[in-house]
Amino acid sequence: MKVVLQNLTKVFPSRNKKVNEEVVAVNDFTFTIPDGKLIGLLGPSGCGKSTTLYMISGLQKPTGGQIFFGDDDVTDLPTENRGVGLVFQNYALYPHMTVKQNILFPLQNLKGADKMSKDEMLERAYYAARLVQIEDLMDRKPGEMSGGQQQRVAIARALVKMPRVLLLDEPLSNLDARLRLQTREEIRRIQRETGITTIFVTHDQEEAMSISDMIVVMKLGVVQQIGAPQEVYDNPLNLFVAKFLGTPPINVFDGKVAGGKLYIGEEAVLDVAGVEDQEVFVGIRPEGFVLDDNGPMSCKLSSVEVMGRDVSIVSENAASANPVVRSIINADNKIDYSRENVQFSLKPHKVFLFNKETEERIYFEVK
Amino acid sequence: MANNDNMNVMRDRDLRKVTSSARVGGVFAKIGTYTFLIIMALIVLFPFYWMIISSLKSLDEYRMNVPTFFPQKIMWYNYVEAFNTANLGRLFMNTVFVGVVSTVLSLIITVLSAFAFARLEFKGRELMFGALLATMMIPGELFTITNYATVSEFTKIPALSWMGTNTFGVLIVPFLVSVFYIYLLRQNFLQIPNELYLAAKVDGCGDLKYLWKVMIPLAKPTLISITILKMMGAWNSYIWPRLVANDEAYQLITNGLRNAFTATTGDVNYPLQMAAVAIVSAPLFMVFIFLRKYIMAGVSRSGIKG
Repeated sequence: MKVVLQNLTKVFPSRNKKVNEEVVAVNDFTFTIPDGKLIGLLGPSGCGKSTTLYMISGLQKPTGGQIFFGDDDVTDLPTENRGVGLVFQNYALYPHMTVKQNILFPLQNLKGADKMSKDEMLERAYYAARLVQIEDLMDRKPGEMSGGQQQRVAIARALVKMPRVLLLDEPLSNLDARLRLQTREEIRRIQRETGITTIFVTHDQEEAMSISDMIVVMKLGVVQQIGAPQEVYDNPLNLFVAKFLGTPPINVFDGKVAGGKLYIGEEAVLDVAGVEDQEVFVGIRPEGFVLDDNGPMSCKLSSVEVMGRDVSIVSENAASANPVVRSIINADNKIDYSRENVQFSLKPHKVFLFNKETEERIYFEVK
Repeated sequence: MANNDNMNVMRDRDLRKVTSSARVGGVFAKIGTYTFLIIMALIVLFPFYWMIISSLKSLDEYRMNVPTFFPQKIMWYNYVEAFNTANLGRLFMNTVFVGVVSTVLSLIITVLSAFAFARLEFKGRELMFGALLATMMIPGELFTITNYATVSEFTKIPALSWMGTNTFGVLIVPFLVSVFYIYLLRQNFLQIPNELYLAAKVDGCGDLKYLWKVMIPLAKPTLISITILKMMGAWNSYIWPRLVANDEAYQLITNGLRNAFTATTGDVNYPLQMAAVAIVSAPLFMVFIFLRKYIMAGVSRSGIKG
């Protein structure tokens, strides 16, 4: 089922009547989510990603715009009748019901033609339970299970009625680090197996990048960029997206372009043909640095962190917007730790230029 | 090294001293506590004891100048006589009927209004709830007077005479709405996380079904407490039934007890009355024994009443 969002807008009225301070949580969001894909809504807290999710589920009414599931306009359809499955951040399992009863609950509420016999319901419930591998826990109560198990029950409950759209609100944030890795693979697997169009919200870029077919990066209610994770990472449209994606984060420098050359500090570090002379922000991914004694960029070496496969060089540069410049290079490179300075050359496709005012991307020809 | 060992031995001894003196203190404190509790228990239990032995005495023995602490001859027959004289069977039935009907109706009203005040959003909700709470400031006795005036008028209006004096209606209806129970249950409902409501909506569950399937099971302890308190209230009510029901067909048990054992001379046959009181208290006593957990929880939740 494809999901179409058309000029979706949500404005929260100001609480204080004297001061007019409306909050635009989601601003003019237009996007078609292709059928059967896993979409990550990504952004810092307060960017409107959860509000978008709640509007798709029907729990919040949009101020403007429309939502379609396939060709049906569901904008005014109450949540009960939308056929969505939603997994809440804190799972929201019914504490007085067993796992089985929790999973059966959505089926028992089906009306009219969708109504099922007891056996059918049980069959479906066990199918959902097997999908998330909790069929041994069917008679437990939520209070008697670990967070990870509760999470699975919540997913099973959301899946059991074969929803048109599955929505996950920060599904991994209450799990510990190891379980988080495991569960995100699980979500990916379940989504593939069922083929249900799935939208999940997260503030963790790594989480979103690792399992999504497409990510939507949002900031203050406005969509910044939509695309496949690698594409967005390799080709950020603005400084915010560049900074938000990637661990370790991108290094940002104050720079300027003069005569087709990019200057960081006094050094001309790269040829950037076709860019007008101006002041710019320069974003360089950590993996964009190459250790090169004849390289054009010099930094003061602070420390070297060994990470096995890679080595992370922490250095300082006067033009850097962050206190340190972090670069990741292959561990095969031999580094003399006692050196005072390191020289880098840059990989052009890992270097992004941004307008100083608008922070929009400035493109240059990579030779 | 040796010095160090000595120090350790001394410290151990000091510690032992402290603990043993603490232990002695603890024993004394325990003795004090238990003595106090036993005395208080005796004070509380004595009236019950007196009720039971009095109910088993003959009238002559009861009237002796020096009261006996145990009946010389146990008069079991007092109970049979009390039951028949006071027409307790009828009074029991009346009271059970009024108690059950008013509890059931009252629970329905309480649950629905608590749900509305806790969950539904409508204009003037806070104002209305505030007004309801404000009525709790008025002492119940004041209502008794105005209510009495109202129901005596009802008696004269045919359409409302089912709520006039000497009806079951008048015994049930005026106490159906208890602001206090609504408040109690609303607070309980408010503690149920909002996500459960949202989850239920996503699961295709409407408001009423959510109330029935999720909120009521989760608030069960409070509902049980309310049921018990309401039942006990109906069983124990005295002033209102006495005012509005003088026809024996509608009298409740407490009022029946008062009148049945007074002879025409004005003498009261106390052993019989005591026997009747014992019969009447028995159900409450049983309720307390078996449902103590819920009553205690209810009382501590409500902070007052009981």
